[in-house]
Amino acid sequence: MPNLSLTVNGVSLEVEPGTTVAAAAMLAGQPCRVSVGGAPRGPLCGMGICFECRMTINGRVHCRTCQILCEPGMEVKTDD
Amino acid sequence: MTRVACHKFAVLVIGAGPAGMAAAACAGESGVRVGLVDDNFRPGGQIWRSQTAREPALEAGGWLERLRASRVESLCGVRVFDAPEMGVLLAETADDLCELRYDKLILATGARERFLPFPGWTLPNVMGAGGLQALVKSGLPIRGKRAVVAGTGPLLLAVASYLRKHGAEIGMVCEQASWASLGRFAFALMGQPGKIVQALQLKKDLAGVRVITSSWPVAAQGNNVLETVTISRRGKSETLSCDYLACGFHLVPNTELAALLGCQIDRDFVRVDDFQRTTVPEVFCAGEPTGIGGVESALVGGQIAGLASGGRVAEARELFGQRKKLRSFAAALDDAFQLRPELRDLPSAETTVCRCEDVPYSRLQPYPTWRAAKLQTRCGMGPCQGRVCGPATQFLFDWTPDSVRPPMFPARVESLAAVASSPEPQQEAVTGGH
Repeated sequence: MPNLSLTVNGVSLEVEPGTTVAAAAMLAGQPCRVSVGGAPRGPLCGMGICFECRMTINGRVHCRTCQILCEPGMEVKTDD
Repeated sequence: MTRVACHKFAVLVIGAGPAGMAAAACAGESGVRVGLVDDNFRPGGQIWRSQTAREPALEAGGWLERLRASRVESLCGVRVFDAPEMGVLLAETADDLCELRYDKLILATGARERFLPFPGWTLPNVMGAGGLQALVKSGLPIRGKRAVVAGTGPLLLAVASYLRKHGAEIGMVCEQASWASLGRFAFALMGQPGKIVQALQLKKDLAGVRVITSSWPVAAQGNNVLETVTISRRGKSETLSCDYLACGFHLVPNTELAALLGCQIDRDFVRVDDFQRTTVPEVFCAGEPTGIGGVESALVGGQIAGLASGGRVAEARELFGQRKKLRSFAAALDDAFQLRPELRDLPSAETTVCRCEDVPYSRLQPYPTWRAAKLQTRCGMGPCQGRVCGPATQFLFDWTPDSVRPPMFPARVESLAAVASSPEPQQEAVTGGH
Protein backbone atom coordinates (compact mmCIF):
# COMPACT_ATOMS: atom_id res chain seq x y z
CA MET A 1 0.00 0.00 0.00
CA PRO A 2 1.30 3.48 -0.78
CA ASN A 3 2.18 5.92 1.98
CA LEU A 4 -0.33 8.56 2.99
CA SER A 5 0.31 12.18 3.85
CA LEU A 6 -1.00 14.36 6.66
CA THR A 7 0.07 17.51 8.49
CA VAL A 8 1.13 17.89 12.12
CA ASN A 9 1.19 21.54 13.23
CA GLY A 10 1.31 22.52 9.57
CA VAL A 11 4.32 20.34 8.77
CA SER A 12 3.44 17.71 6.19
CA LEU A 13 4.80 14.19 6.43
CA GLU A 14 4.25 10.78 4.88
CA VAL A 15 3.55 7.67 6.93
CA GLU A 16 2.84 4.03 6.21
CA PRO A 17 -0.80 2.94 6.38
CA GLY A 18 -1.48 1.50 9.83
CA THR A 19 0.46 4.28 11.59
CA THR A 20 -1.28 5.89 14.55
CA VAL A 21 -1.53 9.66 14.86
CA ALA A 22 0.59 9.46 18.05
CA ALA A 23 3.42 7.78 16.13
CA ALA A 24 3.11 10.41 13.37
CA ALA A 25 3.37 13.25 15.91
CA MET A 26 6.52 11.70 17.39
CA LEU A 27 7.92 11.20 13.90
CA ALA A 28 7.25 14.87 13.18
CA GLY A 29 8.99 15.83 16.43
CA GLN A 30 5.89 17.66 17.65
CA PRO A 31 4.51 17.54 21.21
CA CYS A 32 1.02 16.10 21.54
CA ARG A 33 -0.20 18.58 24.10
CA VAL A 34 0.92 21.42 26.34
CA SER A 35 0.36 20.75 30.04
CA VAL A 36 -1.53 22.97 32.52
CA GLY A 37 1.86 24.40 33.54
CA GLY A 38 2.96 24.97 29.93
CA ALA A 39 5.27 21.98 29.44
CA PRO A 40 5.32 19.95 26.20
CA ARG A 41 4.11 16.35 26.54
CA GLY A 42 4.29 13.28 24.33
CA PRO A 43 2.78 9.79 24.50
CA LEU A 44 3.42 7.83 27.71
CA CYS A 45 1.38 4.61 27.91
CA GLY A 46 0.66 3.97 24.22
CA MET A 47 -2.60 2.20 25.13
CA GLY A 48 -5.29 4.81 25.73
CA ILE A 49 -4.93 5.12 29.50
CA CYS A 50 -2.80 8.19 30.26
CA PHE A 51 -4.36 10.82 27.95
CA GLU A 52 -0.95 12.46 27.40
CA CYS A 53 -1.20 11.92 23.62
CA ARG A 54 -4.41 13.85 23.11
CA MET A 55 -4.34 16.23 20.15
CA THR A 56 -6.69 18.17 17.89
CA ILE A 57 -7.56 16.23 14.72
CA ASN A 58 -9.46 18.01 11.93
CA GLY A 59 -10.70 20.55 14.47
CA ARG A 60 -11.86 18.03 17.10
CA VAL A 61 -9.98 18.56 20.37
CA HIS A 62 -8.78 15.97 22.93
CA CYS A 63 -8.46 13.01 20.55
CA ARG A 64 -6.48 10.06 22.01
CA THR A 65 -4.02 9.77 19.16
CA CYS A 66 -2.51 6.41 20.20
CA GLN A 67 -5.86 4.80 19.34
CA ILE A 68 -6.49 6.61 16.06
CA LEU A 69 -5.00 5.67 12.69
CA CYS A 70 -3.66 8.31 10.29
CA GLU A 71 -5.88 9.09 7.33
CA PRO A 72 -4.95 10.94 4.13
CA GLY A 73 -5.15 14.72 4.52
CA MET A 74 -5.62 14.72 8.30
CA GLU A 75 -4.79 18.03 9.99
CA VAL A 76 -3.32 17.34 13.41
CA LYS A 77 -2.42 20.00 15.95
CA THR A 78 -0.89 20.11 19.43
CA ASP A 79 -3.63 20.42 22.10
CA ASP A 80 -3.33 23.36 24.47
CA MET B 1 -26.87 14.67 17.27
CA THR B 2 -25.42 11.59 18.91
CA ARG B 3 -27.02 8.41 17.68
CA VAL B 4 -27.64 5.64 20.18
CA ALA B 5 -26.69 2.26 18.78
CA CYS B 6 -28.14 -0.67 20.75
CA HIS B 7 -26.67 -4.13 20.89
CA LYS B 8 -27.99 -7.06 22.91
CA PHE B 9 -25.83 -10.08 23.67
CA ALA B 10 -26.21 -13.28 25.66
CA VAL B 11 -22.55 -12.88 26.60
CA LEU B 12 -20.69 -9.59 26.37
CA VAL B 13 -16.89 -9.59 26.73
CA ILE B 14 -15.04 -6.37 27.55
CA GLY B 15 -11.44 -6.37 26.35
CA ALA B 16 -10.13 -8.19 23.26
CA GLY B 17 -6.72 -9.27 24.55
CA PRO B 18 -5.86 -12.96 25.07
CA ALA B 19 -8.28 -13.45 28.00
CA GLY B 20 -11.16 -11.73 26.20
CA MET B 21 -10.56 -13.51 22.88
CA ALA B 22 -10.43 -16.91 24.58
CA ALA B 23 -13.54 -16.12 26.65
CA ALA B 24 -15.50 -14.88 23.64
CA ALA B 25 -14.49 -17.87 21.46
CA CYS B 26 -15.54 -20.38 24.14
CA ALA B 27 -18.79 -18.54 24.82
CA GLY B 28 -19.53 -18.24 21.09
CA GLU B 29 -18.95 -21.96 20.56
CA SER B 30 -21.97 -22.56 22.81
CA GLY B 31 -24.07 -21.10 19.99
CA VAL B 32 -25.26 -17.92 21.71
CA ARG B 33 -24.85 -14.31 20.56
CA VAL B 34 -21.53 -12.99 21.83
CA GLY B 35 -20.08 -9.47 21.59
CA LEU B 36 -16.38 -8.68 22.04
CA VAL B 37 -15.70 -5.02 22.77
CA ASP B 38 -12.35 -3.21 22.77
CA ASP B 39 -11.34 0.44 22.71
CA ASN B 40 -8.47 -0.23 20.33
CA PHE B 41 -9.02 -0.41 16.59
CA ARG B 42 -8.14 -4.11 16.37
CA PRO B 43 -8.42 -7.13 18.66
CA GLY B 44 -5.26 -8.56 20.23
CA GLY B 45 -4.81 -6.42 23.31
CA GLN B 46 -1.36 -5.17 24.25
CA ILE B 47 0.60 -8.38 23.87
CA TRP B 48 -0.84 -9.29 20.47
CA ARG B 49 -0.86 -5.75 19.12
CA SER B 50 0.07 -6.04 15.48
CA GLN B 51 1.49 -3.33 13.30
CA THR B 52 -0.74 -3.85 10.32
CA ALA B 53 -3.89 -5.79 9.55
CA ARG B 54 -1.81 -7.78 7.06
CA GLU B 55 0.43 -9.29 9.70
CA PRO B 56 -1.61 -10.19 12.78
CA ALA B 57 0.47 -11.56 15.66
CA LEU B 58 0.97 -15.24 14.89
CA GLU B 59 -0.11 -16.56 18.27
CA ALA B 60 -3.41 -14.69 17.93
CA GLY B 61 -4.22 -16.35 14.60
CA GLY B 62 -5.85 -19.49 15.99
CA TRP B 63 -8.06 -17.50 18.33
CA LEU B 64 -9.09 -15.07 15.59
CA GLU B 65 -10.09 -18.07 13.50
CA ARG B 66 -12.19 -19.50 16.36
CA LEU B 67 -13.86 -16.11 16.87
CA ARG B 68 -14.81 -15.99 13.20
CA ALA B 69 -16.02 -19.59 13.16
CA SER B 70 -18.24 -19.05 16.21
CA ARG B 71 -19.60 -15.77 14.77
CA VAL B 72 -18.52 -13.59 17.67
CA GLU B 73 -19.33 -9.96 16.88
CA SER B 74 -16.24 -7.84 17.31
CA LEU B 75 -16.85 -4.20 18.24
CA CYS B 76 -13.54 -2.30 18.09
CA GLY B 77 -12.95 1.37 18.83
CA VAL B 78 -15.68 1.17 21.49
CA ARG B 79 -14.93 2.49 24.99
CA VAL B 80 -17.19 1.68 27.95
CA PHE B 81 -17.71 4.65 30.29
CA ASP B 82 -20.72 3.80 32.44
CA ALA B 83 -22.78 0.95 33.89
CA PRO B 84 -26.11 2.66 34.67
CA GLU B 85 -27.91 -0.55 35.70
CA MET B 86 -27.25 -4.30 35.82
CA GLY B 87 -27.44 -5.66 32.26
CA VAL B 88 -26.52 -2.40 30.53
CA LEU B 89 -23.23 -0.71 29.70
CA LEU B 90 -22.80 2.60 27.93
CA ALA B 91 -19.93 3.14 25.54
CA GLU B 92 -18.68 5.63 22.99
CA THR B 93 -17.36 5.15 19.49
CA ALA B 94 -15.56 7.91 17.57
CA ASP B 95 -18.93 9.47 16.74
CA ASP B 96 -21.73 7.66 18.53
CA LEU B 97 -23.12 6.61 21.87
CA CYS B 98 -23.57 2.88 22.15
CA GLU B 99 -25.83 0.94 24.54
CA LEU B 100 -24.63 -2.59 25.19
CA ARG B 101 -27.08 -5.02 26.82
CA TYR B 102 -26.05 -8.39 28.20
CA ASP B 103 -27.26 -11.41 30.14
CA LYS B 104 -23.72 -12.41 31.19
CA LEU B 105 -20.71 -10.11 31.26
CA ILE B 106 -17.05 -11.16 31.12
CA LEU B 107 -14.46 -8.55 32.11
CA ALA B 108 -11.07 -8.98 30.46
CA THR B 109 -9.84 -5.43 30.91
CA GLY B 110 -6.14 -6.27 31.19
CA ALA B 111 -3.44 -4.30 32.93
CA ARG B 112 -1.49 -1.11 32.48
CA GLU B 113 2.09 -0.24 33.35
CA ARG B 114 2.91 1.24 36.72
CA PHE B 115 4.71 4.55 36.34
CA LEU B 116 6.80 6.10 39.09
CA PRO B 117 7.69 9.79 39.08
CA PHE B 118 11.32 10.94 38.96
CA PRO B 119 12.76 14.30 37.86
CA GLY B 120 12.29 14.69 34.10
CA TRP B 121 9.83 11.81 33.63
CA THR B 122 7.33 14.15 31.96
CA LEU B 123 9.70 15.01 29.07
CA PRO B 124 8.53 13.87 25.63
CA ASN B 125 10.19 10.55 24.65
CA VAL B 126 10.22 9.28 28.25
CA MET B 127 7.59 6.56 27.92
CA GLY B 128 6.43 3.28 29.33
CA ALA B 129 8.40 0.20 28.32
CA GLY B 130 5.27 -1.32 26.82
CA GLY B 131 4.39 2.23 25.78
CA LEU B 132 7.39 2.60 23.48
CA GLN B 133 6.86 -0.91 22.12
CA ALA B 134 3.22 -0.07 21.35
CA LEU B 135 4.28 3.09 19.50
CA VAL B 136 6.86 1.17 17.44
CA LYS B 137 4.20 -1.43 16.63
CA SER B 138 1.95 1.40 15.49
CA GLY B 139 4.39 2.96 13.06
CA LEU B 140 7.14 4.81 14.97
CA PRO B 141 10.46 4.01 13.24
CA ILE B 142 13.14 3.02 15.78
CA ARG B 143 16.02 2.00 13.49
CA GLY B 144 19.26 3.73 14.45
CA LYS B 145 17.73 5.26 17.61
CA ARG B 146 19.23 4.77 21.05
CA ALA B 147 16.91 3.54 23.79
CA VAL B 148 17.44 2.90 27.49
CA VAL B 149 14.98 0.39 28.98
CA ALA B 150 14.36 0.68 32.71
CA GLY B 151 12.03 -0.13 35.59
CA THR B 152 11.08 -3.64 36.64
CA GLY B 153 9.40 -6.80 35.42
CA PRO B 154 9.80 -9.41 32.68
CA LEU B 155 8.46 -6.91 30.13
CA LEU B 156 11.77 -4.99 30.17
CA LEU B 157 13.78 -7.77 28.49
CA ALA B 158 10.99 -8.52 26.03
CA VAL B 159 10.78 -4.85 25.05
CA ALA B 160 14.57 -4.47 24.77
CA SER B 161 14.67 -7.53 22.52
CA TYR B 162 11.81 -6.24 20.37
CA LEU B 163 13.38 -2.78 19.96
CA ARG B 164 16.76 -4.27 19.09
CA LYS B 165 15.23 -6.55 16.47
CA HIS B 166 13.71 -3.45 14.89
CA GLY B 167 17.07 -1.73 14.65
CA ALA B 168 17.35 0.24 17.90
CA GLU B 169 20.59 0.43 19.85
CA ILE B 170 19.91 -0.53 23.49
CA GLY B 171 22.05 1.74 25.69
CA MET B 172 21.29 -0.26 28.83
CA VAL B 173 18.57 -2.32 30.49
CA CYS B 174 18.15 -1.28 34.15
CA GLU B 175 16.19 -3.67 36.39
CA GLN B 176 15.53 -2.40 39.91
CA ALA B 177 15.24 -5.93 41.33
CA SER B 178 18.39 -7.58 42.64
CA TRP B 179 20.24 -10.54 41.16
CA ALA B 180 19.12 -12.54 44.17
CA SER B 181 15.42 -11.98 43.51
CA LEU B 182 15.84 -12.69 39.80
CA GLY B 183 17.63 -15.91 40.77
CA ARG B 184 14.65 -16.96 42.89
CA PHE B 185 12.39 -16.13 39.94
CA ALA B 186 14.48 -18.28 37.58
CA PHE B 187 14.34 -21.12 40.09
CA ALA B 188 10.55 -20.87 40.24
CA LEU B 189 10.42 -21.26 36.45
CA MET B 190 12.21 -24.61 36.55
CA GLY B 191 8.97 -26.57 36.31
CA GLN B 192 7.87 -24.65 33.20
CA PRO B 193 9.95 -25.58 30.16
CA GLY B 194 8.11 -23.08 27.94
CA LYS B 195 9.22 -20.18 30.11
CA ILE B 196 12.82 -21.42 30.14
CA VAL B 197 12.87 -21.55 26.33
CA GLN B 198 11.55 -17.95 26.23
CA ALA B 199 14.19 -16.82 28.72
CA LEU B 200 17.02 -18.44 26.77
CA GLN B 201 15.78 -16.84 23.55
CA LEU B 202 15.77 -13.40 25.22
CA LYS B 203 19.31 -13.99 26.48
CA LYS B 204 20.38 -14.74 22.90
CA ASP B 205 18.52 -11.71 21.49
CA LEU B 206 20.20 -9.43 24.00
CA ALA B 207 23.76 -10.76 23.66
CA GLY B 208 26.16 -7.85 24.13
CA VAL B 209 23.55 -5.55 25.71
CA ARG B 210 24.30 -4.27 29.22
CA VAL B 211 21.58 -5.65 31.52
CA ILE B 212 22.13 -4.24 35.03
CA THR B 213 20.24 -5.30 38.15
CA SER B 214 19.70 -3.18 41.30
CA SER B 215 19.63 -0.22 38.94
CA TRP B 216 17.03 2.46 38.16
CA PRO B 217 16.63 5.88 36.54
CA VAL B 218 17.04 8.85 38.90
CA ALA B 219 16.56 11.69 36.40
CA ALA B 220 15.88 12.45 32.75
CA GLN B 221 17.23 15.63 31.19
CA GLY B 222 16.62 17.55 27.99
CA ASN B 223 15.50 20.81 26.48
CA ASN B 224 11.78 20.18 25.77
CA VAL B 225 12.60 16.61 24.73
CA LEU B 226 14.62 13.77 26.30
CA GLU B 227 18.38 13.97 25.71
CA THR B 228 20.04 12.10 28.60
CA VAL B 229 19.07 9.83 31.46
CA THR B 230 20.92 9.39 34.74
CA ILE B 231 20.96 5.89 36.15
CA SER B 232 21.73 4.77 39.69
CA ARG B 233 23.60 1.48 39.88
CA ARG B 234 24.67 0.19 43.25
CA GLY B 235 25.26 3.63 44.73
CA LYS B 236 26.98 5.14 41.69
CA SER B 237 25.37 7.21 39.01
CA GLU B 238 25.94 7.19 35.28
CA THR B 239 24.50 9.48 32.62
CA LEU B 240 23.69 8.10 29.18
CA SER B 241 22.53 9.93 26.09
CA CYS B 242 19.46 8.44 24.45
CA ASP B 243 16.55 9.17 22.13
CA TYR B 244 14.02 7.19 24.17
CA LEU B 245 13.69 6.07 27.77
CA ALA B 246 11.29 3.13 27.97
CA CYS B 247 10.45 2.92 31.66
CA GLY B 248 7.74 0.93 33.42
CA PHE B 249 7.55 -0.60 36.88
CA HIS B 250 5.68 -3.84 36.19
CA LEU B 251 1.89 -3.90 35.76
CA VAL B 252 -1.22 -2.85 37.64
CA PRO B 253 -4.64 -4.36 36.87
CA ASN B 254 -7.44 -2.38 35.22
CA THR B 255 -10.20 -2.97 37.77
CA GLU B 256 -12.20 0.26 37.33
CA LEU B 257 -15.12 -1.32 35.46
CA ALA B 258 -15.29 -4.23 37.93
CA ALA B 259 -15.37 -1.74 40.81
CA LEU B 260 -18.06 0.34 39.10
CA LEU B 261 -20.20 -2.81 38.73
CA GLY B 262 -19.84 -3.50 42.45
CA CYS B 263 -17.54 -6.54 42.15
CA GLN B 264 -15.45 -7.07 45.24
CA ILE B 265 -11.79 -6.09 44.89
CA ASP B 266 -9.30 -7.77 47.25
CA ARG B 267 -5.86 -6.18 47.57
CA ASP B 268 -6.07 -4.54 44.12
CA PHE B 269 -7.44 -7.59 42.27
CA VAL B 270 -10.96 -8.67 41.33
CA ARG B 271 -12.10 -11.56 43.52
CA VAL B 272 -13.28 -14.57 41.48
CA ASP B 273 -14.36 -18.12 42.30
CA ASP B 274 -13.15 -21.31 40.60
CA PHE B 275 -15.30 -20.52 37.55
CA GLN B 276 -13.92 -16.95 37.27
CA ARG B 277 -17.23 -15.59 38.62
CA THR B 278 -16.97 -12.30 40.51
CA THR B 279 -19.05 -11.50 43.60
CA VAL B 280 -21.72 -10.13 41.21
CA PRO B 281 -23.43 -13.28 39.86
CA GLU B 282 -23.80 -12.25 36.20
CA VAL B 283 -20.26 -10.92 35.95
CA PHE B 284 -17.13 -12.99 35.26
CA CYS B 285 -13.54 -11.77 35.14
CA ALA B 286 -10.37 -13.24 33.61
CA GLY B 287 -6.78 -12.30 32.91
CA GLU B 288 -4.67 -9.64 34.62
CA PRO B 289 -7.47 -8.01 36.70
CA THR B 290 -7.61 -11.27 38.67
CA GLY B 291 -3.80 -11.48 39.13
CA ILE B 292 -0.80 -10.47 36.99
CA GLY B 293 0.06 -13.80 35.40
CA GLY B 294 0.84 -13.25 31.74
CA VAL B 295 -0.62 -14.53 28.51
CA GLU B 296 -0.89 -18.29 29.23
CA SER B 297 -2.73 -17.61 32.46
CA ALA B 298 -5.02 -15.13 30.71
CA LEU B 299 -5.89 -17.68 28.01
CA VAL B 300 -6.80 -20.38 30.54
CA GLY B 301 -8.81 -18.01 32.76
CA GLY B 302 -10.57 -16.63 29.68
CA GLN B 303 -11.55 -20.11 28.48
CA ILE B 304 -12.89 -21.04 31.92
CA ALA B 305 -14.95 -17.83 32.08
CA GLY B 306 -16.27 -18.35 28.53
CA LEU B 307 -17.28 -21.95 29.21
CA ALA B 308 -18.75 -21.23 32.65
CA SER B 309 -20.80 -18.28 31.35
CA GLY B 310 -22.61 -20.78 29.09
CA GLY B 311 -23.06 -23.34 31.87
CA ARG B 312 -20.41 -25.70 30.45
CA VAL B 313 -18.97 -26.37 33.90
CA ALA B 314 -17.58 -29.86 33.21
CA GLU B 315 -15.40 -28.53 30.36
CA ALA B 316 -14.37 -25.56 32.49
CA ARG B 317 -13.31 -27.93 35.29
CA GLU B 318 -10.92 -29.72 32.95
CA LEU B 319 -8.82 -26.54 32.80
CA PHE B 320 -8.49 -26.08 36.59
CA GLY B 321 -5.26 -28.08 36.77
CA GLN B 322 -3.61 -25.97 34.10
CA ARG B 323 -4.66 -22.77 35.87
CA LYS B 324 -3.29 -23.96 39.19
CA LYS B 325 0.14 -24.56 37.67
CA LEU B 326 0.19 -21.11 36.06
CA ARG B 327 -0.73 -19.45 39.34
CA SER B 328 2.67 -20.38 40.73
CA PHE B 329 4.19 -18.28 37.92
CA ALA B 330 2.05 -15.33 38.97
CA ALA B 331 3.20 -15.72 42.57
CA ALA B 332 6.84 -15.89 41.46
CA LEU B 333 6.41 -12.71 39.39
CA ASP B 334 4.90 -10.92 42.33
CA ASP B 335 7.75 -11.92 44.60
CA ALA B 336 10.62 -11.21 42.20
CA PHE B 337 9.61 -7.74 41.08
CA GLN B 338 8.61 -6.13 44.39
CA LEU B 339 9.47 -2.44 44.33
CA ARG B 340 12.44 -1.53 46.51
CA PRO B 341 11.81 1.24 49.08
CA GLU B 342 14.57 3.48 47.65
CA LEU B 343 12.27 4.22 44.70
CA ARG B 344 10.06 6.22 47.08
CA ASP B 345 12.86 8.80 47.23
CA LEU B 346 13.01 9.35 43.46
CA PRO B 347 10.78 12.44 43.19
CA SER B 348 12.20 15.80 44.23
CA ALA B 349 9.91 18.47 45.73
CA GLU B 350 9.22 19.94 42.25
CA THR B 351 8.71 16.63 40.43
CA THR B 352 5.27 16.42 38.84
CA VAL B 353 3.31 13.47 40.25
CA CYS B 354 -0.11 14.08 38.66
CA ARG B 355 0.65 14.69 34.99
CA CYS B 356 -2.90 15.70 34.06
CA GLU B 357 -3.07 18.57 36.55
CA ASP B 358 0.70 19.24 37.00
CA VAL B 359 0.63 18.64 40.76
CA PRO B 360 4.16 18.44 42.23
CA TYR B 361 5.34 16.03 44.93
CA SER B 362 5.71 18.75 47.58
CA ARG B 363 2.03 19.71 47.35
CA LEU B 364 0.93 16.12 47.99
CA GLN B 365 3.19 15.30 50.91
CA PRO B 366 1.05 16.93 53.65
CA TYR B 367 -2.06 14.84 52.94
CA PRO B 368 -2.92 11.62 54.79
CA THR B 369 -5.27 10.23 52.12
CA TRP B 370 -5.82 10.21 48.36
CA ARG B 371 -9.26 11.74 48.87
CA ALA B 372 -7.92 14.69 50.87
CA ALA B 373 -5.16 15.32 48.31
CA LYS B 374 -7.69 15.16 45.46
CA LEU B 375 -9.96 17.72 47.02
CA GLN B 376 -7.16 20.13 47.87
CA THR B 377 -4.77 19.76 44.90
CA ARG B 378 -6.80 18.23 42.02
CA CYS B 379 -4.34 15.32 41.97
CA GLY B 380 -6.02 12.46 40.08
CA MET B 381 -8.90 14.60 38.85
CA GLY B 382 -7.72 15.09 35.27
CA PRO B 383 -8.71 13.03 32.24
CA CYS B 384 -6.79 9.88 33.25
CA GLN B 385 -8.79 9.89 36.50
CA GLY B 386 -5.82 8.76 38.55
CA ARG B 387 -4.91 5.76 36.39
CA VAL B 388 -1.29 6.99 36.29
CA CYS B 389 -0.84 8.85 39.59
CA GLY B 390 -3.09 6.49 41.61
CA PRO B 391 -0.73 3.49 41.58
CA ALA B 392 2.23 5.90 42.00
CA THR B 393 0.79 7.58 45.09
CA GLN B 394 -0.26 4.20 46.47
CA PHE B 395 3.44 3.27 46.44
CA LEU B 396 4.84 6.70 47.44
CA PHE B 397 2.41 7.55 50.25
CA ASP B 398 0.53 4.30 50.97
CA TRP B 399 -2.70 5.96 49.89
CA THR B 400 -5.50 3.57 49.00
CA PRO B 401 -7.47 4.00 45.76
CA ASP B 402 -10.70 6.00 45.84
CA SER B 403 -14.07 4.58 44.78
CA VAL B 404 -14.81 4.57 41.04
CA ARG B 405 -17.61 6.80 39.84
CA PRO B 406 -19.12 7.27 36.39
CA PRO B 407 -18.14 8.32 33.81
CA MET B 408 -15.14 6.04 34.27
CA PHE B 409 -13.52 7.62 31.21
CA PRO B 410 -14.07 11.19 30.04
CA ALA B 411 -17.07 11.11 27.72
CA ARG B 412 -18.43 13.68 25.29
CA VAL B 413 -21.00 16.18 26.54
CA GLU B 414 -23.50 14.85 23.96
CA SER B 415 -23.14 11.30 25.33
CA LEU B 416 -23.57 12.47 28.90
CA ALA B 417 -26.59 14.53 27.90
CA ALA B 418 -28.13 11.48 26.22
CA VAL B 419 -27.56 9.54 29.44
CA ALA B 420 -28.99 12.34 31.55
CA SER B 421 -32.19 12.50 29.49
CA SER B 422 -32.86 8.79 30.19
CA PRO B 423 -35.54 8.03 32.86
CA GLU B 424 -32.93 7.79 35.62
CA PRO B 425 -30.92 11.02 35.73
CA GLN B 426 -27.16 10.50 36.07
CA GLN B 427 -26.12 13.57 38.01
CA GLU B 428 -22.53 12.40 38.50
CA ALA B 429 -22.23 11.98 34.76
CA VAL B 430 -23.54 15.42 33.92
CA THR B 431 -21.00 17.13 36.14
CA GLY B 432 -18.23 15.07 34.57
CA GLY B 433 -17.58 12.82 37.52
CA HIS B 434 -15.20 13.44 40.37
